[in-house]
Amino acid sequence: MTSALPLRLTDLPLRQPAYVDLIDWDALSASDGQRLREFGLCEGASVEALHHGGLMGRGPIACKVGRMTIAMRRNHAAAITVRTGPQDAAADEEA
Amino acid sequence: MTGLPLVALVGNPNAGKSALFNALTGARQKLGNYPGVTVERKAGRLSLSDGRPVELVDLPGTYSLNPTSPDEQVTRDVILGRQAGERLPDALVVVVDASNLDNHLRFALELIALGRPTIVALNMVDLATRDGLELDAQILSRELGVPVISTVAVRKRGLDHLRGELESMLDGGVGDVAPAGERRDFEVLRREARRIARTAIVRETPSRRLTAAVDRVALHPVAGLFLLLALLFIMFQAVYAWSEAPIAMIEGFVASAGDAVTAALPDGLLRSFLVDGVLNGVGSVIVFLPQILILFFFILMLEATGYMVRAAFLMDGLMARVGLSGRAFIPLLSSFACAVPGIMATRTIADPKDRLTTILIAPLMTCSARLPVYAVIIGAFIPARTVALGIGLQGLVLFCLYISGIVGAMLAALVLRRTVTKGASGGFLMEMPKYQWPRPQDIVLGLWQRAVIFLKRAGTIIFTSTVILWILLSFPKAPENGGVSQVNYSIAGRVANGLNVVLQPIGFNRDISLALIPAMAAREVAVSALATVYSLDADEDEAKLERSLGDRLKDSWPLPTALAFLAWFVFAPQCISTIAVTRRETNGWKWPLFMIGYLFALAYVAAGLTYWTATAAGL
Repeated sequence: MTSALPLRLTDLPLRQPAYVDLIDWDALSASDGQRLREFGLCEGASVEALHHGGLMGRGPIACKVGRMTIAMRRNHAAAITVRTGPQDAAADEEA
Repeated sequence: MTGLPLVALVGNPNAGKSALFNALTGARQKLGNYPGVTVERKAGRLSLSDGRPVELVDLPGTYSLNPTSPDEQVTRDVILGRQAGERLPDALVVVVDASNLDNHLRFALELIALGRPTIVALNMVDLATRDGLELDAQILSRELGVPVISTVAVRKRGLDHLRGELESMLDGGVGDVAPAGERRDFEVLRREARRIARTAIVRETPSRRLTAAVDRVALHPVAGLFLLLALLFIMFQAVYAWSEAPIAMIEGFVASAGDAVTAALPDGLLRSFLVDGVLNGVGSVIVFLPQILILFFFILMLEATGYMVRAAFLMDGLMARVGLSGRAFIPLLSSFACAVPGIMATRTIADPKDRLTTILIAPLMTCSARLPVYAVIIGAFIPARTVALGIGLQGLVLFCLYISGIVGAMLAALVLRRTVTKGASGGFLMEMPKYQWPRPQDIVLGLWQRAVIFLKRAGTIIFTSTVILWILLSFPKAPENGGVSQVNYSIAGRVANGLNVVLQPIGFNRDISLALIPAMAAREVAVSALATVYSLDADEDEAKLERSLGDRLKDSWPLPTALAFLAWFVFAPQCISTIAVTRRETNGWKWPLFMIGYLFALAYVAAGLTYWTATAAGL
């Protein structure tokens, strides 16, 4: 499906439905990568940024991934590229 | 409880596993440790419909069978029958959150694939309904190939059904157990979980989400921070405001017990031992039980409602600045109750340097054992007046002491991370659970367990130290009319007089030096020690005997000394249990010794600065 240009999760406006386009797994440590996967984060998963913590936008980001709300620091969020749009197309496709 | 069938409760964090465990076992729980590791083993007894007992063990929550921390490793090893000191469970109860099926079913599938007898508890169905989600447990059961039972642990719904299913499973009533399948790829499991979740969801209507609405305030960078500070402030005010009546009751009880013993026994060693040693010593610590329970009540509520993780989220910016992981906030906050579970909770921090720093600063969080010390000094020296709109001066001073500990900890972390624990900054990856109202029984059970632990401490560590101190204070007997007081003549008094050479410059007197030695065992012993000292001293003057410890302190200490004493206890590492757990968690004596050294240095400097400043200010 067509959608807006890809942008980093750190730049995604709050409460704007989006889905994960690409995750730079190499930018994450093995255990952090595993934890993100276990939180259901994968290419195609729906995400929505909910809150930016801390003053001056330097704190962590709370976002909804599927039905879960998770918090991560900005360096992790920067490794995740998203596209705006409601569809989480890739996650639906059957293996 | 060996010999009984063993059932393991397993699931993702935040699936409501502990609530289900409490609902199934009630108060029949036993806390212990797995041998060799510091992971807590929580087990309880569950009765089947015919009264047969089954042992239920609550395993640490985990996201998969690929552990990233020691407690997740225990979960995996128990399930696979590899954990030392634990037998292979006869059956698994997999707890999944009904409103987070996509995610929790993946782990459930991983567990079902092991081929062990398994039941899935579809938990918190009420919250799913609240969020507009309707699920079909039968479809789910068909797809997963194991029994699925809808439960609402907090309302005890579905529990009989679960017991019945467990009964027929343990009787072998459930057909052939599928052969253990090979471990499947993460991606395959994820897709399968997603497909099954889609099938089981009958209806999904968007509805107002309570959690999202609350979070708009609770996670707001400004409003959220005010809310957090307000909550902490209320907590510390409540510690004083709510505890007056129960404390008066306990004090009255201890006093009448003392009168009874005094009346029943002739003057002599036995009476002195019972009244001065046991009743005054241990009694002076037990009176703080109400305040400790109030503190634990707040901490348990913050945890059970799901607010604790929000607090960690708010504080993460600050934690990052001092080089800590945001995860460190939770062990640090539980260290307000006690540093021992706090230090054990650092096991969730993956980075070793990060974890070590958190362990080293955890004792700076004001634990409940300091409360008796703070409370008796504040009660004696700080007037109970209102400074503004319902804010009491005593509560305010207590709040400041807590803040001093926090600021000290942050500064210590900053320095440590640039020197001895240098390394890359940690991360912060956490699930934020939905808010929920905790079941009152769960909170009561938690408080009950804390009360038992505290009273056991009072009965063992504190009792023993107090008795030893009484002996050291009572012997050798000072000669009659020798002009030397019993305390100064005793063994303890002589040691204290020696130690006092070092402590005098920071305003401490002999009695404080005396109290600090047994207080190495546990901080609150300082209070019982002072009570014993002044009680023995008062024997020479009957009029003093009737007075409370606070009044006696007020007469014998200048205000700067009292303030320096408070400052000392903000930092001093006076707790054998903390030192022992640090040794165990860091595998050696290097770090606990380092911790003792830097904390005593800080305590000395802080007490000194307080004393000199207060004296200079003419207090």
